[in-house]
Amino acid sequence: MDDLLTYGEALERFDPVLGLEVHVELNTASKMFCGCTNHFGSEPNTNTCPVCLGLPGSLPALNGKAVESAIRLGLALGCSIAPRCRFARKNYFYPDMTKDFQTSQYDEPIAFEGVVEVEVEGQTFRIEIERAHMEEDAGKLVHQGTSGRIHGADYSLVDYNRAGTPLVEIVTKPIRGTGTLAPQVAKAYVDYVRDTVLALGVSDAKMEQGSLRCDANVSLMPKGSDVLGTRTETKNVNSLRSIEAALTYEIRRQGAVLAEGGRVIQETRMWHEEGYTTAGRSKEQAEDYRYFPEPDLVPIVADAEWVERLRATLPEPPAERRRRLQADWGFTDLEFRDVVNGGALDAVADTVAAGCPPQAARKWWTAELARRANEAGVDLAALGVTPTQVARVQALIDEGTLTDSLARKVFDYLLAGESDPDAIVAAHSLAVVSDEGALSAAVDAAIAADPGTAQRVREGKVQAAGALIGAVMKSMRGQADASRVRELVMGRLQP
Amino acid sequence: MSTAILRATAADLGARIAAGELTSVEVTTAFLDQIERVDGEVNAFLHVDRAWTLAQAEAVDARLATGENLGPLAGVPIAVKDIFCTQGVPTTCGSKILEGWLPPYDATVITRLREAGLVILGKTNMDEFAMGSSTENSAYKITGNPWALDRIPGGSGGGSAAALASFEAPLALGTDTGGSIRQPAAVTASVGVKPTYGGTSRYGVVAMASSLDQPGPCGRTVLDTALLHEVICGHDPMDSTSIDAPVPPVVEAARSGDVRGLRIGVVTELGGEGYAPGVELRFREALAALEAEGAEIVEVSCPHFSYALGAYYLIMPSEVSSNLARFDAMRYGLRVGDDGVNSVEEVMRLTRGAGFGDEVKRRIIIGTYALSSGYYDAYYGSAQKVRTLIARDFDAAFEQVDVLVSPSTPTTAFKRGERTSDPLAMYKADLCTIPSNMAGNASASFPCGLAPEDGLPVGFQVMAPPLADDRLYRVGAALERALDTARGHTLLDELAESPAGAYLNVVEA
Repeated sequence: MDDLLTYGEALERFDPVLGLEVHVELNTASKMFCGCTNHFGSEPNTNTCPVCLGLPGSLPALNGKAVESAIRLGLALGCSIAPRCRFARKNYFYPDMTKDFQTSQYDEPIAFEGVVEVEVEGQTFRIEIERAHMEEDAGKLVHQGTSGRIHGADYSLVDYNRAGTPLVEIVTKPIRGTGTLAPQVAKAYVDYVRDTVLALGVSDAKMEQGSLRCDANVSLMPKGSDVLGTRTETKNVNSLRSIEAALTYEIRRQGAVLAEGGRVIQETRMWHEEGYTTAGRSKEQAEDYRYFPEPDLVPIVADAEWVERLRATLPEPPAERRRRLQADWGFTDLEFRDVVNGGALDAVADTVAAGCPPQAARKWWTAELARRANEAGVDLAALGVTPTQVARVQALIDEGTLTDSLARKVFDYLLAGESDPDAIVAAHSLAVVSDEGALSAAVDAAIAADPGTAQRVREGKVQAAGALIGAVMKSMRGQADASRVRELVMGRLQP
Repeated sequence: MSTAILRATAADLGARIAAGELTSVEVTTAFLDQIERVDGEVNAFLHVDRAWTLAQAEAVDARLATGENLGPLAGVPIAVKDIFCTQGVPTTCGSKILEGWLPPYDATVITRLREAGLVILGKTNMDEFAMGSSTENSAYKITGNPWALDRIPGGSGGGSAAALASFEAPLALGTDTGGSIRQPAAVTASVGVKPTYGGTSRYGVVAMASSLDQPGPCGRTVLDTALLHEVICGHDPMDSTSIDAPVPPVVEAARSGDVRGLRIGVVTELGGEGYAPGVELRFREALAALEAEGAEIVEVSCPHFSYALGAYYLIMPSEVSSNLARFDAMRYGLRVGDDGVNSVEEVMRLTRGAGFGDEVKRRIIIGTYALSSGYYDAYYGSAQKVRTLIARDFDAAFEQVDVLVSPSTPTTAFKRGERTSDPLAMYKADLCTIPSNMAGNASASFPCGLAPEDGLPVGFQVMAPPLADDRLYRVGAALERALDTARGHTLLDELAESPAGAYLNVVEA
């Protein structure tokens, strides 16, 4: 195991410098250079053709939609778009590479010089983006053996379905001045990229499926120094939480190395969900990729008119949208953070748009429905309850047709596959009983059935009334307004 | 009958098939028989499958019988260089590393041949991955020059050129990266055209150097070659570098051959020292013939052409080193040393060691070096600058003249084995042809006579601006008419009727 400083000690002695590389898999219908379906989860090697298999003689033909997505993403990250840029070949051997070179971009990225701002604990951090370039993804090796990892595998299989999936790689400039918040800033930045990508609709951005991947670089500078330290690049970081955890770990590990007078080795580190990193490929000897301009593709020309047309399609930036929504809804910071962290922002917004009061929408999505999604082990969006349904249920409550507990029963039916809250209320007789006659009769019956309790209430033990109210609610199958029942009970026993 | 078929032009065969005087099966059978008779000596073909070929001919006859109009070459057979992917049919590129590989798809050019009703006779021999000027770098066999079997047929498309000159095929396909269509045409007295870069689709043509490679037509006459040019050229969305423009009017130009008022520039730098006297002589005679046909001859200097060969031998190997990386024993072709113990890298190393020949290895090593960090600017970078200068020389020249001309090669066919141990001497065979690959303009070689000192064919190179491929045919047709009229027969007829060509057995009894 590595020696570690405590996080506090490490940050007392060193300043971390971050560098983040985010790979975004574009969700275009077809792959980057051929007509094959671009889909995660198909049978291995079914979405392939001579082009993405790199067969002799095959040639790439660029997917214009991928270029469009890359330009829109670049614009949304505040980048300039190159009026003319080229692809380049990155030459290296690996079994998941069909051509043994990757078609990428080198000195002419499609987007460059961007800037985004993220907020952590009330502080705003400005993150400069060096470049966003296009490249193709490689296939995938599946190691067969007990370990499931390359070491100890008996053999490996290759699935080329992913080969040729369009990617955009976004590279930041070194991020300084984050201090103790470095891991949180990194997480907030990746979250920002993810939100942006989702708002643009250019990727599924699922870290657990690899459609959004982050390589987290970090180095440490002694306090007061201006000389960059040796960095490590941590891979296999498959969730936002892992970014924070992996960087915290690397800062503590590098801190311990440097504190003992050691030297940080420039290398890739693999993150393990158990909470540590291990050494990967050494990068001490820079690999020579022998980049040169891709002769099989003509340069991409993005004329100003096209770029402006694409700029007009950009959605409201996520940060601005959040500021606007919080103000519109009048949520406290805490309430708003619950909504965002619960992944309920879009659901709440859509529910409010369907006519629901914001606080009610927030309550349903962050409490009741979040609990049910959690129980079912699915995302809120996949739960099967729509914002329109939630808004209608709340309207029924506001009209007095449903109580909160009756509303929960409506959600049971919605989750069981029914779709119209009004029809559910009618079909299952869930409406609040407002017939005073029926209610009075039930109250009388409850008092008659439990004279002992009734007597204690008469003698002033108000808390005992709860049992009588409960009995009435039970006999009404919950379809009564509990406060009205209380009024009736107390009217009878303490006139 | 059979001899008449073998000696006939493709245009004539196509017309007679269309008129119902001949069937594709009859014509195809005649050529398959000729291959059987003489290919043991010529060794032009790597793969011939008589049943497969006859099935194609039968299918074309059936289509024609329904009244379908397939164009002027329907039913005419063609020899295809073994670098074009043919679905389910071996495609080796003359390399052991692809032995046994059956492509699952057809090259675009092959699809166009099939649509136009041409019948593929087989796959022709070539220098491994098109690297060479003598076809001696084939991993499979050595092809002879039909004019003198102990001499080279040119390269890399020596198989296609030899098939034409030995009357084994009336048409052939080639690819030209530095002269692989034109130089074999020159040394066999056939016609070879490298269209404008982007004029023919490269999809399905195994890449040597992507920015230089260009497939093109080969024939025995200018018109035949133009007819084939029209079939195979034109825009293809599968090739991003393919030009989206109409095919130039090549057939019309080949039929007209009108060079009156055409300004022809003789490139000063492509001649003189190092050029065989017989080559210079026939080249000058051809110029005189064109002048007599009404063309105007001027001298033009293209100063950077002298650097073309050096720059070419940096750019080409750089692209080769990347294009040939995929032959790694993982997915197809040869695999050596896969014993369950060797690592992936070791199997790759053993396979490439056994599967690639010396010239291929040499170019991969040079290219890998030229692209490596710290050397890129000095080698690949400088070579690209030279390339730009060559293109500017062409641009400047084409402001003064309509076409440029030179000998196609400095010498006639050299002897087998003569240059195999001297790569630089071998590379010089492409001295005249390389500039057009570097600039991407159209270029062709036409037969212009036999050198008096050795009786071997000399080629006349014509270079035209990009997308002016028709000018090549205009000059070629004028030359063909003038020289053949003066001579009373074509050069290949002369071979057929001479004692040297007796083994070809194509003279009416």
